[in-house]
Amino acid sequence: MIAEVVAAGLQLLVVALGAPLLVGVLRTLKARLVGRRGPRPWQPYADLRKLLGKEAVVSTTTSWVFRATPFVLVATILVSALIVPVLVARPPLAFAGNIILLVYLFMLATFFLALAGLDAGSAFGGMGASREVAVAALAEPTIIVAVLALALRADTIDLGRIVERFGHEPWLAANPAHLLAFAAFFIVMLAETGRLPVDNPATHLELTMIHEAMVLEYSGRYLALVEWAAAMKFFLFMTLLANLFVPWGLASSAGPGSILLGLTALGGKLAVLTVAVAVLETSVAKLRLFRVPELLAGSFALAFLSLMAVILVQ
Amino acid sequence: MFRQLRTALRTGIVTEPAARGEIERIGERLATEITRLFGRSLAIRQVDAGSCNGCELEIAGLTGPHYDLERFGVHFVASPRHADCLLVTGPVTRNMAEALRRTWEATPHPKFVIAVGDCGRDGGMFRGSYAVVGGVADVVPVDAVIPGCPPSPAALLAGLLDAIGRER
Amino acid sequence: MHGLVYGLAALVGIAAAALGGYGMVGGAGSVRLPWLVPLGGLELTLDPLGGFFLALIGAAAVPASIHAMGATPGERRDRFTYLAFVLSMCVVPLAANTMTFAITWELMSIASYFLVLHDRESKSSVYAGWVYAVMTHAGLACLLAGMLLLGAWTGSPRFEDWRAAAPALTGAARNGAFVLLALGFAGKAGVIPLHVWLPLAHPAAPSHVSALMSGVMIKLGVYGLVRVSLDWLGIGPPWWGVAILIAGAASAVIGVLYALVDHDLKRLLAFHSIENIGIILLGIGSAVVFRTADQPTLALLGLTAALYHTVNHAAFKALLFLGAGAVVHATGTHNMEAMGGLVKRMPWTAACFFVGSASIAALPPFNGFVSEWLTFVALFQNRHLAAVGLNLVFILGIASLALTGGLAMACFVKAFGITFLALPRSDAAASAVEAPVAMRLAMVMLAAACVGLGLGPTLVVPVFGAVASSVLGVAAAPVTLGDWLTLRMAGGYASLSTIAIAIALGGALLVPLVALPLARASRRTREYETWGCGRIVQTARMEYTATAFANPFKRVFDFFYRPIKRLDIEFHPESRFFVERIEYENPTRSLFHDWLYRPALDLLRAGTRAAGALQSGSPNLYLAYILAALLLMLVLT
Repeated sequence: MIAEVVAAGLQLLVVALGAPLLVGVLRTLKARLVGRRGPRPWQPYADLRKLLGKEAVVSTTTSWVFRATPFVLVATILVSALIVPVLVARPPLAFAGNIILLVYLFMLATFFLALAGLDAGSAFGGMGASREVAVAALAEPTIIVAVLALALRADTIDLGRIVERFGHEPWLAANPAHLLAFAAFFIVMLAETGRLPVDNPATHLELTMIHEAMVLEYSGRYLALVEWAAAMKFFLFMTLLANLFVPWGLASSAGPGSILLGLTALGGKLAVLTVAVAVLETSVAKLRLFRVPELLAGSFALAFLSLMAVILVQ
Repeated sequence: MFRQLRTALRTGIVTEPAARGEIERIGERLATEITRLFGRSLAIRQVDAGSCNGCELEIAGLTGPHYDLERFGVHFVASPRHADCLLVTGPVTRNMAEALRRTWEATPHPKFVIAVGDCGRDGGMFRGSYAVVGGVADVVPVDAVIPGCPPSPAALLAGLLDAIGRER
Repeated sequence: MHGLVYGLAALVGIAAAALGGYGMVGGAGSVRLPWLVPLGGLELTLDPLGGFFLALIGAAAVPASIHAMGATPGERRDRFTYLAFVLSMCVVPLAANTMTFAITWELMSIASYFLVLHDRESKSSVYAGWVYAVMTHAGLACLLAGMLLLGAWTGSPRFEDWRAAAPALTGAARNGAFVLLALGFAGKAGVIPLHVWLPLAHPAAPSHVSALMSGVMIKLGVYGLVRVSLDWLGIGPPWWGVAILIAGAASAVIGVLYALVDHDLKRLLAFHSIENIGIILLGIGSAVVFRTADQPTLALLGLTAALYHTVNHAAFKALLFLGAGAVVHATGTHNMEAMGGLVKRMPWTAACFFVGSASIAALPPFNGFVSEWLTFVALFQNRHLAAVGLNLVFILGIASLALTGGLAMACFVKAFGITFLALPRSDAAASAVEAPVAMRLAMVMLAAACVGLGLGPTLVVPVFGAVASSVLGVAAAPVTLGDWLTLRMAGGYASLSTIAIAIALGGALLVPLVALPLARASRRTREYETWGCGRIVQTARMEYTATAFANPFKRVFDFFYRPIKRLDIEFHPESRFFVERIEYENPTRSLFHDWLYRPALDLLRAGTRAAGALQSGSPNLYLAYILAALLLMLVLT
């Protein structure tokens, strides 16, 4: 019991504290790949620290929605962190929900952020909100169908049990469905976390922004919370990719040794994925906004194919 | 995709070490306070207050691989709400004066302003024109100036680093 | 004084809810008055499913009536029609034979027709009433045909006798009856493609009536579909369930797609009703398919999910319509493009509408999420089905449900954001006042219901499961309670605990609140204008509009909307370089109007014109017709 609580706390700490590091490592890698020395990997921590010391400028047109959103974002992502298998195979809140709950928790965060974008009464916020909900709505079927393909093989939609089942019976993964679902989920991860080729996180041109446009109005501690939540969302999606599709190495018990193993395995898998994302981001250009639905439709087709593969090969 | 990757990996890192230099300080703000707050992370919003774009071209060079501003924890941001420092170019034209003032008001405290170029210092070659207010200091409180027409990216970098108290 | 009639309606609602609750937990009863009407007489029976819908109607009538007390008093005729509407709806689930059903159904339709028509001056109201009348009577014709045929084949007009005699009927007879009855009930429920009356009628009626029409009247169509597919006709061929699933998937996606591009607040809500009926149909369809495939436990799961969503939809749709009513009452307009900034002027309405929006967008931990979760889990059970075709249909259902969830969230960001947030876009919105107490009370009641139904699935699922098992005749429960906290599926397949999520969210909200002071974050806040790139003035003209918000969807789904662009530029008479006025329109075209209704109506008109040749006016020809008919009858008999 105590060990489980400690494991849960550790899992939260890893997500909360590790997320800025992941974003920082990605930025450094991207810089090195284009010939720059780039920022240090722990730069996001310094950025967040500095933001906490700034005052918050709040627009006069906004309401309680604007001020509540950063807190709601952090809260939803933290709760999601307890449902995703990060360190241990059976995460603490596994009894409370599964992939459907996870998808809709992310939608709760998107709902609030989009409303906050509209709340400021500027055209940028509205534009960002409109595009963000369009991308989120079109990405949702793919997530559910791709994870369903895995769930069909493992006979459960509980994330912890899927991971355990694949961990104990690795031959279940020897199916073309696994690779197709991974590809589909990878594309959706890029869309939901605002990475190239869907959205450029470093752009300054408002017409090309999706996620950034909604946070143009935030400053100070609110901006720190929003940026932190975005980093944690990216971390969780990468963890899902790593631990759902390559579940070996996750701790099955809450003992210190297996937790350490889980942490190391997670670090390794995340490192590989981060390199892949960095290479992809420096090689492709951002898609025109109205080409993004084609990309998402393609990812849905991949997910659908993977589901068909599971049903027909069974 | 792979050809670009191969070229990038073969070329390697081309960043040059930053030159040293001193910036011209105007304001009474203590240098130590700015260093304490922004020594490790600085967000800059660049404001074009009627400039001829010569300074902008030089500033744009700062984000390239040779001068690489990001390695010092400094980056450019899209909104003044996210910014700590306003990098203002141009003699402030009458049309842009109000806009510049609103940008300054929209930036959260603590903040500081660096005026770039001879135009930013006192109007440069446009000083005295009917369409120009004067230097940036006539519209918003300025903390430092990087003179030049235009200042080279190396000078800009040296000035910025000195403003936030970074050695290199 | 006018409040008295509405108070009476509320009391009727409470009584109905009590009676319905009694029926749900197993209390039965019946009333027979064979002498009252011909063809079988008046017969009312209370059974669990009927009790469920009766309780739903009663429970929804209470807040609607309270809301009506706060609205501007209309005409006396309208108040009594409303009472008749509530009463007739209450009797429909109790009807036990054809005549009773037909009479109460028709009473309900006529009462609602008059309520839709309450603004007799407006052309659009009259048109809406007319389309509604035509569609509902076409549905009634199908229902009567189906019921009379069934009565003729089984020899009795009583529903109980149909249940017993159903296995003895031929397949063709059962299929025929199913098609007729399903069409009639689907038309009332607003299933695609019989939905055209819904977006016209619901906005035209006053808000408390729309709340009831959307919240409970279309659910009587669902009631009928459950009776037809799972009760009266016994176990049918698999295509029944597949047809219901496909209709459900189509309604869900098409309903929300139409809602996305609509900027009339009440019509948007009407389209969302179509979408949610689609979701309910997905649950019912899966129940029918599982029953045919001999998986009664899974059928129970599907039906429970459908019943739960029925209740949830009634709760949040009524809440949203009452909120829309309060907004229309305050601003005098339906058009979202004229609203804005209402969150500061109408805080209670905004908060209740927010709860409704979060519920309909299926966000945890509100009630819409729980029933969509159950529907998903029911659809995921396709792994127990062997036929690949059935699996494909189920996957189509899953993908549609997932797409609908995302699009519904997008649509309600638009609805809540444009209506309530930012700056007012018109003087009417700028001078809006908070709704009267009665309206606020009604909305708060429903908001509390939404939260309660979301946090308490462990309390309601057993009740709905009991109702469902009485319909299907199955005893086992696929969804058990791990404890008062969690819903668990058999075999460890899935589990859900909204209370734990709510507590976790509450706790997690404290984390940043505590962490910020611990990290010595600055607490300074300053108010300033919105960042507008240094622009001097910020007016409401610079905000995002609903049309702009929906634009990405219009472009992505343009093969469905097929929008037409109309640009009209008026140049200055002196020079073409100066423009006096620009008018831009980008309306969407309805697929069903162009491909289904207009050709059907054209065919009907051509047919009647051709048949009109028969009426030439010459008496000699008419005598010849009589002679021919006589000869024919002599030959045939």
